[in-house]
Amino acid sequence: MTQKIMTVDDSASVRQMVGFTLKDAGYDVVEAVDGKDALSKINGSGARMVITDLNMPNMDGIELIKALRAEAAHKFMPIVMLTTESQGTKKQEGKAAGATGWIVKPFKPEQLVAVVKKVLG
Amino acid sequence: MNIPKDAFLEEAYELVTELETSLLKLEEMPDDTDLIDRVFRAMHTIKGSGAMFGYNDIADFTHELETAFDLVREGKITVTTELVNLSLSARDQIKAMLDASVDGEPVDKDRSKVIIEALKALISSGVETAEVSRSVAGFSEENVDTTLEDTDGEVTYRVRFAPHSDIFKTGANPILLLRELSELGPCSVTAQTKNIPGLEKLDPETCYVYWDVVLTTAKGINAIKDVFIFVEDTSDILIDVIDETEENNRGIDYKRIGEILTERGDLSKAAVEAAAESQRPIGEILVASGSVDPGSVDSALAEQAHVKKVRQERQQAPQASSIRVAADKLDALVDLVGELVTVQARLSQKAVYEKDSELTNIAEVVERLTAELRDNTMSIRMMPIGATFSKLKRLVRDLSKELGKEVVMVTEGGDTELDKTVIERLNDPLVHIIRNSIDHGIETLELRETSGKPRRGTVRLYAEHSGANVLIRISDDGAGLNPERIREKAVSKGIIQPDEAMGEKELFSLIFTPGFSTAENVSGVSGRGVGMDVVKRGIDELRGSIEIESAGGKGTTITLKLPLTLAIIGGLLVESEKAKYVLPLSAIEQCVELSREDAARAHGRNVLNIRGKLVPYIPLRERFNIPGNPPDIEQVIVNEVDGQRIGIVVDRVIGEHQIVIKTMSRLYRNIENISGATILGDGTVALIIDVPKLISETKNEELAAA
Repeated sequence: MTQKIMTVDDSASVRQMVGFTLKDAGYDVVEAVDGKDALSKINGSGARMVITDLNMPNMDGIELIKALRAEAAHKFMPIVMLTTESQGTKKQEGKAAGATGWIVKPFKPEQLVAVVKKVLG
Repeated sequence: MNIPKDAFLEEAYELVTELETSLLKLEEMPDDTDLIDRVFRAMHTIKGSGAMFGYNDIADFTHELETAFDLVREGKITVTTELVNLSLSARDQIKAMLDASVDGEPVDKDRSKVIIEALKALISSGVETAEVSRSVAGFSEENVDTTLEDTDGEVTYRVRFAPHSDIFKTGANPILLLRELSELGPCSVTAQTKNIPGLEKLDPETCYVYWDVVLTTAKGINAIKDVFIFVEDTSDILIDVIDETEENNRGIDYKRIGEILTERGDLSKAAVEAAAESQRPIGEILVASGSVDPGSVDSALAEQAHVKKVRQERQQAPQASSIRVAADKLDALVDLVGELVTVQARLSQKAVYEKDSELTNIAEVVERLTAELRDNTMSIRMMPIGATFSKLKRLVRDLSKELGKEVVMVTEGGDTELDKTVIERLNDPLVHIIRNSIDHGIETLELRETSGKPRRGTVRLYAEHSGANVLIRISDDGAGLNPERIREKAVSKGIIQPDEAMGEKELFSLIFTPGFSTAENVSGVSGRGVGMDVVKRGIDELRGSIEIESAGGKGTTITLKLPLTLAIIGGLLVESEKAKYVLPLSAIEQCVELSREDAARAHGRNVLNIRGKLVPYIPLRERFNIPGNPPDIEQVIVNEVDGQRIGIVVDRVIGEHQIVIKTMSRLYRNIENISGATILGDGTVALIIDVPKLISETKNEELAAA
């Protein structure tokens, strides 16, 4: 069965790149533009994993991770954050909030697929 | 991979505009940190997505600009008119690079250099620290391919992976990590379960287990560390080298158990020495005396066995060679294995009835050995399909010359392995399909040119494994199938009724009907209406299926789905009124119960609601005219055939069996629903149901009745 992944990013181009790469690798993709949007969409979406940016308007990635971990249904779900080199402390915060892993931007499509395979199996 | 770039460009243009606005404002309010952040973020996003979408020139250039503003953010340099001026011209340069990628106008690369030089000069006059030049140079270095170079030889590592007890709460799955580790090379994993508490104290959300892994890999220690990258700072991970290739001169003997246990810190040296004085195996003594837990000993034993095996294989590797064997000897071997599987099934059944534990033991061992023997024998018969592919290349070359077309053939997956018989019998169907592609699919040179396609047509041949099947795709970039013309033709030939409602796929599959040909001119290559029905028959005989996809003007793709092997299949044994039947496992999706009420609810329409989806079913009793009354609860075996789910209703499901297929005698050749038979453990015969045929026959009859 095709596994579904939610990509959360306020940048349309990152969403498109992530979406295209994942679809090409055989996954289904559902998009959200920020943390709030992700929370409202995740239940019933069938998503088995979340890939989220950290800097976003409305609700940022860290808050999203905390909110997801607080829900029983997503307590053990793989969540990967998109970070940048200059966000060392953010990365630590994300891990403390319960992120499964991270990908440093900019990344290549192959790197993204490798990380997804790593945490989703 | 070709990722669409429109979203990137659209966003980049927006960001460039924003950058301009923010920079101009910044000139008026040089101390506004919000503005500095906005400028920085715009640059950062352009750089990040630029690199991801392959605009390395833009990414590299923007990086320099970003570095400067990073220093501004950190308060190391201040915003001056000069900096804003430079940044604005840099922003114009980024826009020029974006324009270049849209309209193809070349960019003035010297201008980029001039701007960067000026920026660097400005920065170094602003701050004297050495770190600046480092970070300025940093970006291109980061992008250097970081794949680790393989170390010279294979090294055996001992890895102890003790995840944090809260690891599940970060969504990580230790099993996946261990699986990833095992992909690096031969690997033995021992789970240490001594910390698991009793059921009353067990918290299912906590990880109590740790793992000892012995891994032999040539990829180096960093590859192992990479596996644990997301969990390394919360888990305890110990990696030790325990065996290297160079040390191999010492033969295959490895350290003693006691030595391994002390090395790992599971046991003290003194305890080992004390235990070694006794004559019994040291592991037993240590466990009995309670000085070490059984898990640690198991893991040390696993390490010993692993290293020995690796060393042995290393010594034997140069001697591995092959011998040639006549094909009929192999066929005889397969036949014998088939007989053996049948007899083994009888033995297992007998053992069940006898209730003799010794007999049961023997039967179980025979069962395991037979299964291994069967798999081994089947693997001997596997051959790569590449040789067939190369023959077809020649065919393409000759045919295209004959027809005055230019066609190249591209093949992929030539190393995909299939049973020898399947490969041999696949040749004719493939030849027919490719002939049709070149003759009817690929257009003439003039036609291709007027429709804006490359002069040279392409035929792709692609093979890949998919579970117990092999998929072979043949696609061309020709004219594609015309559903309307197929319909007209089928009507004129009396194959379908003029008003018959049919989907595109069903229409396409009509080309496999005997006596069907769409080509207006009969050529010497194909087009006599024999051919495609021969393909269908050939693939049916191989227990395979065919699917056609086609888009007008873009080409046609034909997918053949074939079983890996013909002689032995996995089957589900079922029963209806004391007669046994086998359904091939490959198509089975699930089994559900059908009660009288369920059946009545559908008002005789033979459909069942399975989790909200309606699934039609075929009662075997009705189909095969089996007399007698069905049980109160019948079983529905749901099959997926050509993308459709269809149930087959039987009285009882007996279980999964390895089925040795026996062909039926000529007398039964016309019974289309049955593809063969097999002999069961008790000596009775079970008929193998040809599910796709059964379904298509039922459909046809229902259509005729309607």
